[in-house]
Amino acid sequence: MAEKMLMLALSPTMEEGTIVSWSKQEGDKIENGDVVCEVETDKATMDYESMQEGTLLKILVAEGESAAVEQPIAVVGEEGEDISDLLKEIESQSAGTSADAGGAAAQGAGSSEAAGGKTEGSEASEATGKGVAGAAQGGASEAGQSGVEGGRIKASPLARNLAKNAGIELSALQGQGSGPGGRVVKKDIEAAKAGGGAVAQAGPQATAKAAQYGAQKAPAPGSGLGTQPPVTSTGIEEQHIKIGRKRAIIAQRLSESKFSAPHYYLTTSLRTDPLTKARERINQQSVKAGGAKLSLNAFMMKLTAEAIKRHPIVNAAWKEQEIYIPGSIDIGLAVALEDGLITPVVRNCGGKGIRQIDAEVQELVAKARSGKLQPEEYSGASFSISNLGTYGVEQFTAIINPPASAIMAVGSVTREPVELENGSISFDNKMKLTLSCDHRVIDGAVGAAFLRDLKAMFENPMQALL
Amino acid sequence: MATITMREALRQAMEEEMRRDEDVLLFGEEVAQYNGAYKVTQGLLDTFGEKRVFDTPISEEGFTGMGIGAAMAGLRPIVEWMTFNFSLMAIDQVYNNAAKNLYMSGGQMKNPIVFRGPNGPAEYLASQHSQALQSIFAHVPGLKVVAASTPYDAKGLLKSSIRDDNPVLFLEAEMMYSWKGEVPEDEYLVPIGKADVKRAGSDVTLVCYSKPSKMVLQAAEELAKEGIEAEVLDLRTIRPLDEQAIYDSVRKTNRCVVVDESWPFASVGSHIGWLVSRNCFDYLDAPVELVSGEDVPMPYNHTLELAAQPSVDKVVNAAKSVLYV
Repeated sequence: MAEKMLMLALSPTMEEGTIVSWSKQEGDKIENGDVVCEVETDKATMDYESMQEGTLLKILVAEGESAAVEQPIAVVGEEGEDISDLLKEIESQSAGTSADAGGAAAQGAGSSEAAGGKTEGSEASEATGKGVAGAAQGGASEAGQSGVEGGRIKASPLARNLAKNAGIELSALQGQGSGPGGRVVKKDIEAAKAGGGAVAQAGPQATAKAAQYGAQKAPAPGSGLGTQPPVTSTGIEEQHIKIGRKRAIIAQRLSESKFSAPHYYLTTSLRTDPLTKARERINQQSVKAGGAKLSLNAFMMKLTAEAIKRHPIVNAAWKEQEIYIPGSIDIGLAVALEDGLITPVVRNCGGKGIRQIDAEVQELVAKARSGKLQPEEYSGASFSISNLGTYGVEQFTAIINPPASAIMAVGSVTREPVELENGSISFDNKMKLTLSCDHRVIDGAVGAAFLRDLKAMFENPMQALL
Repeated sequence: MATITMREALRQAMEEEMRRDEDVLLFGEEVAQYNGAYKVTQGLLDTFGEKRVFDTPISEEGFTGMGIGAAMAGLRPIVEWMTFNFSLMAIDQVYNNAAKNLYMSGGQMKNPIVFRGPNGPAEYLASQHSQALQSIFAHVPGLKVVAASTPYDAKGLLKSSIRDDNPVLFLEAEMMYSWKGEVPEDEYLVPIGKADVKRAGSDVTLVCYSKPSKMVLQAAEELAKEGIEAEVLDLRTIRPLDEQAIYDSVRKTNRCVVVDESWPFASVGSHIGWLVSRNCFDYLDAPVELVSGEDVPMPYNHTLELAAQPSVDKVVNAAKSVLYV
């Protein structure tokens, strides 16, 4: 008996996955546990291990294409089995979804991609319609009445009656039904009635055309400003970039954080010499002994963890019903990737030494760069650090990375004039730290006290031992 | 009006009918000396004596056949099956004699008999003792099948069943025996074959009967919190079915969910689904939904046992799906 192979949720936040490559081809035998394909999730690329056995009869989602979790990506069954019914079923299900997408496109999204979706959707629903036309009583005459050739508009029997009585052409609502698979239901007829003649007049072709023309016209808005001279090419090609999984998740999570967590920001400036000099000495010894240099990030993470120990609420999470303070200080370090960013997490920084933290950071960053970071290695940070100092950024405000309630933005080291007690001027190496806090969890004075103590530790690392 | 349990309402019905007509008699396993496995027949032996109330051996086919014979000879027996699971032992008597006597005798032999007992899943009783078997009785022409959900309906319908000249399968439920409800002091009958609107509503029709009815009313309250007014139609009788009441309601609401705790295949619920789509086709805004027991033997594990039965959530979801919300 052939069955669908479904896209699985390979990470806790995954809603959709992109097939990077198929390691099994149609016709191949599959055992339980075999890797059948590689899936790019919201954060990582992972192997898809089959929990089904049999022969891979049909690949439904090609390499480079994506599927939502629970959507079929392939069909598995016995060799030579007839799977046409199953394929029809799958097709009719997906026709439903693309018809919905088509509806949205018709409302003037205007992108060429969406307009393509529209065309596909209406073709598919027509095809499905043909299958049942013969069986449905009076289907032909009603189709004739609504002026659709050869196909049948999906509408509930009640909606058909209501439309007939109200003098609304069902064809005007084709593909815009709010029911499953674009079925026109009572609500849609009522909406059409409320909207007056307009909806009944505007045929589907007209709407689809508008969407297409919209897409073609889009490049030309500048030409409307007739007074400006023609612009020579900038060398930048206009393009529409498809939103990948990573980008979509980044957009979703960060919007959620920024729009729901009330952020406020605290900036302090501190002298870096005590810390950088301590690091230099340690690294010199380490290199002499044949060891590796320890990164500044590792020092910062350790000192931050020590400061958090003194202000555990900075480590807490807002859980709607309660505030949760975890027993472990898990610090995420934002790492820029070519196609996004990721925050590998070093667990329990409060209980580890700088050398161990550094080793773990190196390993996680390497994994992150090669896209092999596993979900448990990048989720659930209780505090995060983002360092843009290396780009020469002196100060910035970062968006909190949920479930954490705070993130620290690290700026570049600058030389600043300082007035000494005798009135003369000296220069100090300085760095700005900006703490973003979720006010639901961390009050201003608490955030300030934490930052004060952190500054004290940076300027005198021995403080961390107190 | 007095508030009494379903158990007491059933007992009153039998007592009143036995006083009214001395041809009415009651027998089955443990109905007399033990006062009934579920105490529905409490005190009837003391009241009417062992000639009219007596215990039988554990031999369902035997005492069921004996009841059918007694009915053919002019008495009006009430046969209690300890549960409908055991009725399977007696099903040949019901199918081939009770259901067919009137027809095959050219109308000469009436069969005024009531088969009653608990039907459907209770709790922790596993696969063999948790079955809702109404479909196999409703399947047969010649039988009436009654399935009340309140003490009031149960009493009035059991009295009507005892007075009916046809064989009546009277479905009770173990979980329902202690449910309470108002029952008038004065005598009344509830006619067989009449459904009852237990809650009026305009947005969706929830068709139910027997034990699930209470849960369906809870689901209707949940839906009301979201502004959805469900009409709950309690069939009370499965056969003859009050089709008109179903059609009237569905033609008003345009949407129908049938709730039936038996298995979905060839069930009362699936039959109603067909009737509605056949007779209310032009009024439907969505396909008829069926919330049934899951198509599996009843699991013993309690979590699975509950998951295998209709629930408030399942009914709410089904109602929303036909409302496209």
